[in-house]
Amino acid sequence: MKNNSLKKITRIALVFCGCALVVSLFVPLWSIYLTAPQYPEGLAMYLWPNKITGEYEIINGLNHYIGMKTIHPDDFWEFKVLPYALGFFAFLCFLTAFLNRKIWLYLTLVLFLIFGVAFMVDFWLWEYDYGHNLDPTAPIIVPGMSYQPPLIGFKQLLNFGAYSYPNIGGGIMFGVALILAILAFIEYRKPKQSEL
Amino acid sequence: MKSLKFFGLGSVMALLLLSGCKPKGTETAVTGDAAERVYVAPGKYDEFYNFVSGGFNGQVNVYGLPSGRLLKVLPVFSVNPENGYGYSEETKPMLQTSHGFIPWDDQHHLSLSQTNGEVDGRWLFANANNTPRVARLDLKTFKTVEILEIPNSAGNHSSPFLTENTEYVVAGTRFAVPMDDENGDVPIESFKSNFKGVLSFIGIDKQSGDMDLSFQIEAPGINFDLSHAGKKKSGDWFFFSCYNSEKANTLLEVNASQNDKDFIMAVNWKKAAELVKAGKGRKVVTEYAHNKFDESTHTATSTMKKEVIVLSVEDMKDAMFMIPCPKSPHGCDIDPTGEYIVGSGKLAALIPVFSFDKMIKAIADKNFAGEFDGVKVIKYEAALHGEVQKPGLGPLHTEFDGKGNAYTSMFVSSEVVKWNIKDLKVLDRQPTFYSVGHLMIPGGDSAKPFGKYLVAYNKITKDRYLPTGPELAQSAQLYDISGDKMKLLLDYPTFGEPHYAQALPAEMLKDQVKFFRIEDNKHPYATKGEAESKVVREGNKVHVYMTSIRSHFAPDNIEGIRVGDEVLFHVTNLEQDWDIPHGFAIKGAENAELLIMPGETCTLKWIPKKPGMYPMYCTDFCSALHQEMQGYVRVSPAGSNTPLIYSLNNKKDNAQSPVKAGETK
Repeated sequence: MKNNSLKKITRIALVFCGCALVVSLFVPLWSIYLTAPQYPEGLAMYLWPNKITGEYEIINGLNHYIGMKTIHPDDFWEFKVLPYALGFFAFLCFLTAFLNRKIWLYLTLVLFLIFGVAFMVDFWLWEYDYGHNLDPTAPIIVPGMSYQPPLIGFKQLLNFGAYSYPNIGGGIMFGVALILAILAFIEYRKPKQSEL
Repeated sequence: MKSLKFFGLGSVMALLLLSGCKPKGTETAVTGDAAERVYVAPGKYDEFYNFVSGGFNGQVNVYGLPSGRLLKVLPVFSVNPENGYGYSEETKPMLQTSHGFIPWDDQHHLSLSQTNGEVDGRWLFANANNTPRVARLDLKTFKTVEILEIPNSAGNHSSPFLTENTEYVVAGTRFAVPMDDENGDVPIESFKSNFKGVLSFIGIDKQSGDMDLSFQIEAPGINFDLSHAGKKKSGDWFFFSCYNSEKANTLLEVNASQNDKDFIMAVNWKKAAELVKAGKGRKVVTEYAHNKFDESTHTATSTMKKEVIVLSVEDMKDAMFMIPCPKSPHGCDIDPTGEYIVGSGKLAALIPVFSFDKMIKAIADKNFAGEFDGVKVIKYEAALHGEVQKPGLGPLHTEFDGKGNAYTSMFVSSEVVKWNIKDLKVLDRQPTFYSVGHLMIPGGDSAKPFGKYLVAYNKITKDRYLPTGPELAQSAQLYDISGDKMKLLLDYPTFGEPHYAQALPAEMLKDQVKFFRIEDNKHPYATKGEAESKVVREGNKVHVYMTSIRSHFAPDNIEGIRVGDEVLFHVTNLEQDWDIPHGFAIKGAENAELLIMPGETCTLKWIPKKPGMYPMYCTDFCSALHQEMQGYVRVSPAGSNTPLIYSLNNKKDNAQSPVKAGETK
């Protein structure tokens, strides 16, 4: 029975993860940053759990040359789900700390990893559609060219250099996943130690 | 006269001796690392913005220092076909005056707004010399936002100089004229009795910068040349240089040069403002235009004002004094401490420097030499700090480096002379090429000069640049004044005839508008999205609600316009991005094109005279598809029944109905 309960440090870390996830509701998750010769100052776009900010209107204007779809916050079903999902995981972290059971920690970790992978897959699919589903009547058509932005990292798209990287919220998501994994690992090893 | 000649010859001799037996060739004027000092590498910015008057082109030019590169020409008093200023329906009211639409002027002096005597980077004031006006430019947008006409005046020359906290901008008349409420149809012979020299004090709103003609002073009928407000201890005072104390009215080059001394007039503006508050002064019926540009509607309005309060010499008896100043003083410059008043007698062979403390003491001691038309004249010696001896020939203007030195431009001897304000010793002199008028040190007429550079603005440029026919460019010359000796670094041609200039450190203007937010556009004919584009006929007026965005107009084709229609293209630039203006031009337009800033709405009036197809297009290369940014207007004969239709160059809208019907009201 005792072996099923969590270390104090684990519970503190879980509360910390929960708080961090609450914070992630109010900060940008992801940044996409574009530079081009005529945009030395760069164009930035920020994905929040519930909205897009930054210069996406300008990016929309530019993208019409190559026939990319324009970005409108209303078109994303994700914005309706993401805040609840993050809130749910924050709640799950608090709940696990409260219930003080290893099984809940493992459950939280697995669910969060599934969520994280799903999030990345969904993001990649959106980027794929955005970069490949081009208007056949676009003014500029470069044979074989697609404009899928990178998931993480840098990619040159014609005259634009596109950078994509997690912002604070994305960092929190990675961080929480990592902490949960470490906690699960520590808790998994603990009973073996006590048997010695 | 004898002494003048002697001094003049003496100066020339001194110059020759200084520069060897033969005058130096201009090619040796620049040596050492001058090129390096003025080179601003690609991607680097200049240190200073330099605003230079455009003279007879009525504009203001913006240069970068130390590179001398022309960055922008700002239209102020002149129509500007480059961007439609004065041609668009929104900006036409800016050039309205009591004499009607005046699309040009003679722009001489500039003043940067000040706080505590230091330039603050909010506004730039400009004068129109010919049809008296004062303009205010907003340094967030670099646009002319206000123009105020000055009544009872002619030749608004001693203008627009500012008090140290931008409380007032002054406009002193150069030409004495009869007052507006008196009959101006008088013989010139009656000059002495009928002509007045009016000084105008324009109050400036602390927050908005809006101007309002607070009061005028009806001074004697002499010519006011230049002025400067005092600062710090002399901050309540304004000083004006005057010429033609002879009150001559013909052959002035001789007749106005007879008196050995003219005057510097000292006016206590704070007392004058109190007198007005106390109900002194008479209301003079007149007419003057007040034009304001509203940056939210992108539209100017012109209001005609009908009266002004005028203080008389009698009202001002304890607040206005004359200081005698040798022969036709031109510049009237106050040093950064506010103690010294430098009068440049342009026909004198010396520079008189007056002391503010001595002036105040002389007034207290009633140390007067008499009266001039009811204004008390302080004794010359009583106000004099001292005279700079043998400074050169034709002193015009003086600026300061903030380190106790003054720099005076010498028109006749074509040089800049550096001298010490306290002991009045000449420290250095450098030739200019040639006939220098004004000179400018960034902040050099303020309490805090940035005494690194000096720019001389020259009238004659023979042998400086590639010749361009009978008319040559005017020139500016940049000197390094950071050391003991001035060092010529660069000369560069200027646009228009530069008179005065102002400059400030570039970092003071960091906070500029990059584009106008479309949500904030309150223009009554703004079209805030392509879906709102439409064509509306009201009788023979046709309003086209048009948008521009890379790379098309909406509508792009219009049919149903008739000969004689008044077509008003209200073009809204939908871009919300820095440096993406769009142009708009149509064949046969008699006024100009438009250049519309992002988020702005501008209106071009066009009255077609012949039936036919009229192309319209974007004039500012905006994108790879700029050349495709075009459309047509079909014009039918007057009285035709061609239906009013338009298309939107927009697939979504055209999919539903490729052609839309215009409204008729």
